Amino acid sequence: MAAAEKPPVTGTGSVAVDGLLTWVDQRFPLISTWKAHLAEYYAPKNFNFWYYFGGLAMLVLGIQIVTGIFLTMNYKPDSNLAFASVEYIMREVPGGWIIRYMHSTGASAFFICVYLHMFRALLYGSHRKPRELIWIFGVLIYLLLMGEAFFGYLLPWGQMSYWGAQVIINLFSAIPFIGPDLSLWIRGDYVIADATLNRFFALHVIALPLALLGLVMAHLLALHEVGSNNPDGIEIAKHKDAKGIPLDGIPFHPYYTVKDILGVVVFLIVFAVIVFFTPEMGGYFLEANNFIPADPLKTPPHIAPVWYFTPYYSILRGVPPMFNSQFPGVVAMGVSVMILFGLPWLDRGPVKSIRYRGPYFKGALAAFVVVFLVLGYLGTEPITVWGQFGAWLGNADRATVVARVCTVIYFLFFILMPWYTSIDKNKPEPERVTH
Amino acid sequence: MNKLIGLAGKRGHTPFPPKGTSCGAYIPRIGALLQSRCNSFLAGLLLSAAALFASLPAMASEGGVRLDTAPIQPTDVLSLQSGARTFANYCLNCHSASLMRWNRLMELGLNESQISDNLIFDGSKVGDLMNVAMTKKDARKWFGAAPPDLSVIARARGADWLYSYLRGFYRDPARPTGWNNSVFENVGMPNPMWQLQGERVRVEQAAKGGDAKEGHGGAVKAVKYELVKPGSLTPVQYDETVRDLVNFLVYMGEPAATSRKQIGIFVLLFLLALWPLAYLLKREFWKDVH
Repeated sequence: MAAAEKPPVTGTGSVAVDGLLTWVDQRFPLISTWKAHLAEYYAPKNFNFWYYFGGLAMLVLGIQIVTGIFLTMNYKPDSNLAFASVEYIMREVPGGWIIRYMHSTGASAFFICVYLHMFRALLYGSHRKPRELIWIFGVLIYLLLMGEAFFGYLLPWGQMSYWGAQVIINLFSAIPFIGPDLSLWIRGDYVIADATLNRFFALHVIALPLALLGLVMAHLLALHEVGSNNPDGIEIAKHKDAKGIPLDGIPFHPYYTVKDILGVVVFLIVFAVIVFFTPEMGGYFLEANNFIPADPLKTPPHIAPVWYFTPYYSILRGVPPMFNSQFPGVVAMGVSVMILFGLPWLDRGPVKSIRYRGPYFKGALAAFVVVFLVLGYLGTEPITVWGQFGAWLGNADRATVVARVCTVIYFLFFILMPWYTSIDKNKPEPERVTH
Repeated sequence: MNKLIGLAGKRGHTPFPPKGTSCGAYIPRIGALLQSRCNSFLAGLLLSAAALFASLPAMASEGGVRLDTAPIQPTDVLSLQSGARTFANYCLNCHSASLMRWNRLMELGLNESQISDNLIFDGSKVGDLMNVAMTKKDARKWFGAAPPDLSVIARARGADWLYSYLRGFYRDPARPTGWNNSVFENVGMPNPMWQLQGERVRVEQAAKGGDAKEGHGGAVKAVKYELVKPGSLTPVQYDETVRDLVNFLVYMGEPAATSRKQIGIFVLLFLLALWPLAYLLKREFWKDVH
């Protein structure tokens, strides 16, 4: 019997606890799991600021799940009751406002963490071989997160919930042939209605969170299989001591658990400032129009998605209709997200980290960050925000022209990547990590 | 199907934009997205409904109106009490605040009998919500549109908008109610506080100087409002009354806002005290990493 051969657990300082853990460990891979993923998972010792955001994203996931559970205790997924039930939570449920603001702020915080986490991967080449699958799981998490945010945003049943969902679901009706039937099938009604609210609720509280948790697990298992990358983009596994431990590695626990506590406290300070002092975040986290109950007969003059979708919304809006169809814009928006899957293979640079990359990649990444932010900003504004060009450019909206230029640069960043990464003038990588 | 019938019913008695009108002109985004599907029944219906309502006065106000800053003070309990009184007297006959309970006003230093004796006029109990007797159907018949619930109106519109709007009414014989508003053009609501504010009229003067050249096409006119019939309050007193009312509307939009900030200070103090401990813990463990 293999289980009996396991050594008894010692060292907790209590005979009773030792005995209990021994009992469990003989029936469950307790100690081996603890060691494999925490106490003897060797992470590079040179993690910097950018390495906080993966853990913080998990923290926010936890916040969203816990606050979400409490919200569902009082929320009513019914088109006649939903809006008032959210305000009921805000007013009459003890502590309800704090739960609700943590959840609404958490949604934005999740995207902030995930965007910074993904940017970290771009900086240090964490998507490169042998970590392609980690990246793919990550992009899947990002996609699911977008779905989760979209479904969740309908639930307060305000005007922006309603019309935002209207715009997004109507994107599907631009798909040739099957579009109208597809959007009808998604809505479950001819307009966004109670049926839509009910199914979005089900998807938001059960389906997507389950899938998200599974993918986060896969993301971590894949990471722990190949080991963490680091700001130098070199493999610490190349230099091991006699016991097979990487010379530049330190056990995740306790080193990175205590370091992450520091990051968590700083994150919570920022989070608390928003939750307690500016939960609307100037209309970016909670939109003013969403305090008007959904009215299918009254279109708001300006419909903007929440900030985390706006770069893609700008791309959608920027692509002109072709053949009297908006489908090209929808395709461009879809491709702009899906192209992330190809990143590990588009990147041909012989070095991974920005520290040793040449000027082409640095310039391209800087341009990408700028256009992503500009597209994001423009997506929150009406296309008339910057006025019009003169007659020499057909009186085109300045913002639209800028969004189109940015869209082209966005795609060029990916399309030209195999070229500019392979001819770049890189610097030599160090043999060992710099710490 | 109810919703569809509802939409179709609307078509019956309200004029449509003429057939040649571009649906996209009213609502650029959805319009453009649906342009290709204009012939489909559903899209047509949605667009018609949307275009119809976009053309109603309710949407006409969102232009570049300059708003006055509302000098509100969320912690000024006397101002909030005064605002609650104005609200109960002048707003709560047509508008409901159906997400707000009467006895929540005890937070403003009122006791139950003060609330039921001075603020409640319809026999509601102090534990009831601030509802009104007028039905939506009647309201639509009388005003053309049901007056919106005001529970969270301050969060939707903002304090400055409300402050400017409630001071923006003027006499306009062209309107069915005899009232118009400089912030919300062609609004369906008459001035509820006209006895306090008095009656103002809009006076347009041809602008002189370079301004006219700057105008886009039409002649630029300077607009001012003149008080032709004083109300029971002076303009300064009226501004103060509206300030208190807006203060109350902001409070009602989020009654927990004040305690939210108070709790927030303690949470932040705790976290700021935790930070050095977390820092020292990290430094202690990391001493042996070289």
